[in-house]
Amino acid sequence: MKSVIMDSTAIERALKRIAHEIIEKHTSVPVSLIGIRTAGVFIASRLAEYIGQFGRIPVQTAILDITLYRDDAAKGAGRAIVRATEIHFSVDNTFIILVDDVLFTGRTVRAAMDAVIDLGRPKVIQLAVLVDRGHRELPIKADYTGKNIPTMDDDQIKVVLTESGSKEDAVYVIRKGD
Amino acid sequence: MVSGKGIIGLKYLGKDDIEKIVETAFSMRDISKRSVKKVPTLRGKTVINLFFESSTRTKTSFEIAAKRLSADVVNFSYASSSTSKGETTIDTAKNIEAMNPDVFIIRHASSGIMELLSRHLKTPIISAGDGTNEHPTQGLLDIMTIRDEKKRIDGLKVVVAGDIYHSRVARSDIYGMGKLGAKVYFFSPPTLITEDYASLGARVTYDAQEAFTDADVIIMLRIQLERQATGLFPSTREYAKVFGLNEQRLKLAKPDVIVMHPGPINRGLELSSGVADNKEHSRVLKQVENGVSIRMSAIYHTIGEGHEYTDN
Amino acid sequence: MNILIINGLLIDPSQNMEKSGALLIEDDRIKGIVDPASYSINGDTAFLKGQKDKPYTVIDAAGKWVVPGLIDMHVHFRDPGYEYKEDIITGTMAAMSGGFTSVCAMPNTRPINDNKTVTSYMISKARDAGYANLFPIAAVSKGSGGAELSEIYDLVDAGAVAVSDDGMPVASAGLLRMALLYMKPLGIPLIDHPEELSLSKSGYMNEGVASVKLGLNGIPQTAESVAVARDIMIAAETGSRLHLAHISTRYSIELVRWAKKMGIPVTCEVTTNHFSLNEDAVDGYNTNAKLNPPLRSERDRQAVLEAISDGTIDCIVTDHAPHGHDEKEVEFDKALNGISGLETSVGLSLKLVHDKIINKKQFVQLMSYTPSVIVNLKNKGTLKTGADADVTIIDPDKKWVVDKNKFLSKGRNTPFHGRELKGRAWMTIAGGKIHGNTRT
Repeated sequence: MKSVIMDSTAIERALKRIAHEIIEKHTSVPVSLIGIRTAGVFIASRLAEYIGQFGRIPVQTAILDITLYRDDAAKGAGRAIVRATEIHFSVDNTFIILVDDVLFTGRTVRAAMDAVIDLGRPKVIQLAVLVDRGHRELPIKADYTGKNIPTMDDDQIKVVLTESGSKEDAVYVIRKGD
Repeated sequence: MVSGKGIIGLKYLGKDDIEKIVETAFSMRDISKRSVKKVPTLRGKTVINLFFESSTRTKTSFEIAAKRLSADVVNFSYASSSTSKGETTIDTAKNIEAMNPDVFIIRHASSGIMELLSRHLKTPIISAGDGTNEHPTQGLLDIMTIRDEKKRIDGLKVVVAGDIYHSRVARSDIYGMGKLGAKVYFFSPPTLITEDYASLGARVTYDAQEAFTDADVIIMLRIQLERQATGLFPSTREYAKVFGLNEQRLKLAKPDVIVMHPGPINRGLELSSGVADNKEHSRVLKQVENGVSIRMSAIYHTIGEGHEYTDN
Repeated sequence: MNILIINGLLIDPSQNMEKSGALLIEDDRIKGIVDPASYSINGDTAFLKGQKDKPYTVIDAAGKWVVPGLIDMHVHFRDPGYEYKEDIITGTMAAMSGGFTSVCAMPNTRPINDNKTVTSYMISKARDAGYANLFPIAAVSKGSGGAELSEIYDLVDAGAVAVSDDGMPVASAGLLRMALLYMKPLGIPLIDHPEELSLSKSGYMNEGVASVKLGLNGIPQTAESVAVARDIMIAAETGSRLHLAHISTRYSIELVRWAKKMGIPVTCEVTTNHFSLNEDAVDGYNTNAKLNPPLRSERDRQAVLEAISDGTIDCIVTDHAPHGHDEKEVEFDKALNGISGLETSVGLSLKLVHDKIINKKQFVQLMSYTPSVIVNLKNKGTLKTGADADVTIIDPDKKWVVDKNKFLSKGRNTPFHGRELKGRAWMTIAGGKIHGNTRT
């Protein structure tokens, strides 16, 4: 069973709210939004646009590929494609917000933090996600959350965005069985 | 990759496989440019460098590549004399395999050894060169270096010049670049090639003019000096004059030609110093840099099964 | 043993014969071809009219060929010295299983068969074993070293039927000329392995498209034809009998064709391997297809087939070269040359008949009659009355699959494992004794 949890309006509203929160809470500039491939990249660039509109504070974005940092990389990385990490600024002493679409076990975020720390010593790392679906396996918590969605462990959350070719933005939950 | 068997020759790889390894290598190259030149990907994995023929450069390149992926690297070097202890190559490899490595990097003087060992080992193998057959990671790093510079391979005129007959590099180059659509020319004295090499899809020429004119890429192979002793050419002087690459011949090529060489260079023999040190055209050191990235990619793609990561 | 073979197709080029009939064997001799009216059959036993006290064992060869015992004049039995590869007992058993009643064993044993002690040892061991007849070929030069002639007269006296330094060519033109002159009165052939070592030395397979693909150093075909030309010229000058072993290239064949036209006393052989396979068999670094001379191009193979058909090639041999497993399951360049061939030869050679490249009589000529003439085996290669009771019964249409694990030879090195062949030896009778009986 597939049901819409957020439609495009809800997504827009959630991201704009997060943008306002970031403007409120940021401790230094520029704000560096690092999107985790693939959907996180699109969300980061939307947030950057909103922050620019609302806050007039300097924002920069970057792209992080965490494939090589996955904790299952050694047993399963094999032929997974490694895409480029594109961070064209120094992370040293920078205010960084990692951006992803869905927060689930927390393992992706753990990998992303390791990857960023290997690039230097950021001042702060925060986390922004569109959806938090629970079931954490690591002590990780988002600083900015678009929507909390209670889910079953084996549910699938699917985020579709116009940037990746779909007609409309939406977040679905796909539930097994019923 | 040849499923579960690693990378033993570009003759076995499809175009898609080659492109995937090269694309990944570009991502790997970024790692080598950071201050922390290491990713945790292959933590706890063991890479065996099993070299039956000495080759400090290739071994070092593989070792750095494996270490940048956090794998543990163990080097085994067998001078050809130690096989006189009576142990066969198969037994040597099986003994090491009993220590549960995750991938073998193997260099050996016999063509076809990878096929033989593949039949006896469960562990995947990456060839670091077998006899006069193939040197697949050299072929891949050559492709990467060309792609880096020209943004494409398809349609380029690539000249591979020198001792084609005894060159595993030439063979991997033609297999790989041929699949990607390059027009490959083999330029060599007739004693260091046969007409049959055209069957690999290359154009065979003995004429420097034809070879170098309008070339996009020139790959000069190393001339083994001992070939002179076996009468394959009369003197290094004559070889350099007739078959070597110098500034004058370089002018025949396209203005943006790049010159490559698998190393080590015999200056003044196959390559004049002027060409070797020409920053505008020479990409010899870039090849060495890309070699590490290609080997990181090769090891990464060879270990493990692979699946898309979902954390949604 | 007294045997009556009935209902078979008797094929005997020595009598220009190909007809159905019954062949009578008495003890170790062929008694002759007999008329159905002259005997009566009772179950498995037959009696000639008027000889009630003398029973003959009846063998029904319906649908089969009854031919003079096949002769392989080029085998390597490794005994003495390398008995782990093959010994004279397993070798002669494998021969019988493959349909051969006589074999000629090359001298590259350890020690080399360059003295009559080794020659006598080989003959007596084979005789005691009681399978196929073994006729040694002795070394041309001492230790096959290419320097001094061996004691050829003494060797022939001990039973050698030819001389050869096989495995290696007779080292120099000078030595070859001396040998041919010296042995001329003996009337035996010198069998040369034609190879110019300065051309072949660094190669592991035929030089051509296949070697380029595999990245293996090639052996140019001139390595053979240059030596063939040398040999023919010296045979022409000396007038001594020269037999060229395992020729494999189209140029070698043209040279032999020319030599025969010129009346030069040259004969030649081809191996089952070289007409059955080409260089592509080496693909995947298959060491079982590594031999010397190497498997050649398809064009060469076609030339070989043509030369078999037109009689330029005198006989078919196996060049049976058994090796241990570990001598083949190694690096290609380190692998030893050769194929264990005795047990696949008939099946492979019959393909020539099935493919209409040769007729039945030519088959027998190539596999029995002509070899008997070349190495002077009196009373062999024929079904004439009084000839040795060496008879091979062939089931020409029996389909079977080669299984190296069922070989009687110790050598399991064959590229034909798993191949379906049509036709095989059904029964082999040597010296009036039945062996390798009645496969169904």
